[in-house]
Amino acid sequence: MSQLTVNGIRVDDTFAEAFEMRATALTITAHNAAWARQAAATMTGFATSVIGCGCEAGVDRVLNPDETPDGRPGVRVLLFAVSTTELQKQLQARVGQCVLTSPGSACYAGLEADERLKLGNALRFFGDGWQISKRFGDRRYWRIPVMDGEFICDATTGLSRTAVGGGNIIVMGATPETTLAATERAVEAIATVPNAIMPFPGGIARSGSKVGSKYRGVIASTNDAYCPTLKGAGNSALDPDITSVLEIVIDGLTSDAVAAAMRAGLRAILALGPDRGALRIGAGNYGGKLGPHHYRLKDLLS
Amino acid sequence: MSPFVFTLRDAPAQRLDLSPLTPDRLVGQSESKVAAIQLQTTRERVLVGDVFKIRMGDAAQIRFSGGSERFDRIGAGMSQGEVSVDGDVGIQAGRLMQGGRLAIAGNAGPWAASGMTDGCLTISGDAGDRLGGPLAGETLGMRGGVVIVRGNAGARAGDRMRRGMIIVEGKADSHTGSRMIAGTIVVRGRAGRLPGYLMSRGTIVTVEGSDGLSPTFVDSGVHDLLATALMARYIQTYSPGVAAMLRRPWRRLLGDMAVIGKGEIFCPVAN
Repeated sequence: MSQLTVNGIRVDDTFAEAFEMRATALTITAHNAAWARQAAATMTGFATSVIGCGCEAGVDRVLNPDETPDGRPGVRVLLFAVSTTELQKQLQARVGQCVLTSPGSACYAGLEADERLKLGNALRFFGDGWQISKRFGDRRYWRIPVMDGEFICDATTGLSRTAVGGGNIIVMGATPETTLAATERAVEAIATVPNAIMPFPGGIARSGSKVGSKYRGVIASTNDAYCPTLKGAGNSALDPDITSVLEIVIDGLTSDAVAAAMRAGLRAILALGPDRGALRIGAGNYGGKLGPHHYRLKDLLS
Repeated sequence: MSPFVFTLRDAPAQRLDLSPLTPDRLVGQSESKVAAIQLQTTRERVLVGDVFKIRMGDAAQIRFSGGSERFDRIGAGMSQGEVSVDGDVGIQAGRLMQGGRLAIAGNAGPWAASGMTDGCLTISGDAGDRLGGPLAGETLGMRGGVVIVRGNAGARAGDRMRRGMIIVEGKADSHTGSRMIAGTIVVRGRAGRLPGYLMSRGTIVTVEGSDGLSPTFVDSGVHDLLATALMARYIQTYSPGVAAMLRRPWRRLLGDMAVIGKGEIFCPVAN
């Protein structure tokens, strides 16, 4: 594969291939920032990949009190799924089990769009007839009595049909420590980009996958081309000096958000240099035939 | 573009139906056509040109220079634009209003905002009885929009209200929110006797309490709820003073238990 070298790091002349997804956003608030983060973390847990979790979700950013509808500390959360039906199902289940249950929480629409998903309109039945609808202007809230007071929830939240899932960066290094250091730097940089999330643990996936398997019924399996222990066997894509590979997967509300996030991540890795960080950067794709969004690394660096 | 101005010549000799003089109905009309619009409510014919001097202008901004308690149905059914009156108006101001802004500098008679569905009505003086309420035979009162009364409101403000917000910066007479179905009423001054009489759902805030509550309301204790914080945020643009007073704990009363009892009255903690 042809490469260019930037700041001593080899950058593959390849692209990340991403797909259109359905997405929504929520604003979760609580008495303090810690409990807002707790509710958001619980809700976005087990949401690393649509392959096994039904959706991909993560924290977009922490919100100041003056940015939230009720003037309390909050967190903006993004959810992505492959269909509107699945997104609605995941939204209802996760808010119902993880936000409604969290002390002092409230949940508001985090995305304005003409198409809507049910939020409070689905959860209100928990009120068992004691729920109260309250409309202020063009916003309708549900007030559901709970044991610490009331759970306030917007009736609906916006749906985006043009979200993008599957932007990615593959980070390759000489040791697990330097590879992780470079990837962490990238995660920090990407976290500052609005409207994008990294759904894997701490933003990092160590078990990148390929489509299919030798076993019947298994839809995804280990990305053997990027497993360092398989160098020399099969179709390894790794150079002799690579002993550790990590991947950052990025979902964004727009294609521009994914591109901005990938650009921020790439720059952070390159800035760290090869001695303390990565030796090589790549990206995952399926030959360009499956996903409509292609993010060529070379273009992102120009 | 300058506003469309109707200047009152003399005190009207009879009650006038001003409902034809809204932005919706004046757009594209010539001065002669406007002057020929009939306003009478008796058998004696009265034309716009008889009552007002007309200064043509932007029909989306209509101004009445001078008011009268005989100005009935002003802004009735309007859905867009702005109508302002320099003085008092009569009954049913803003009745069935669907949008736009209606501002009355003086007092308004009974049934202001009756059956209103959207828009914003501001009454700088006092409002008469049955603010937002239904006329005889109707089942629903106000169904949306915002009403702000800078002075006092008469009896039965928000009668059979279904949705929307009424803010009374002064006092309210008896039976505020009677037979309320839903919606929100905030009274900054003291409310008269029996607020929420037979209300089934909805919210009434009596910032300074009331002259007497029905025994069919039950005390659910003192609460500092997000709902009042959200209400305060919404009210902020309409009435900052009232909004500031909402951000505190309230005693919450549930009722009216004489009906389904899903309504609430927020009153001072020491009520």
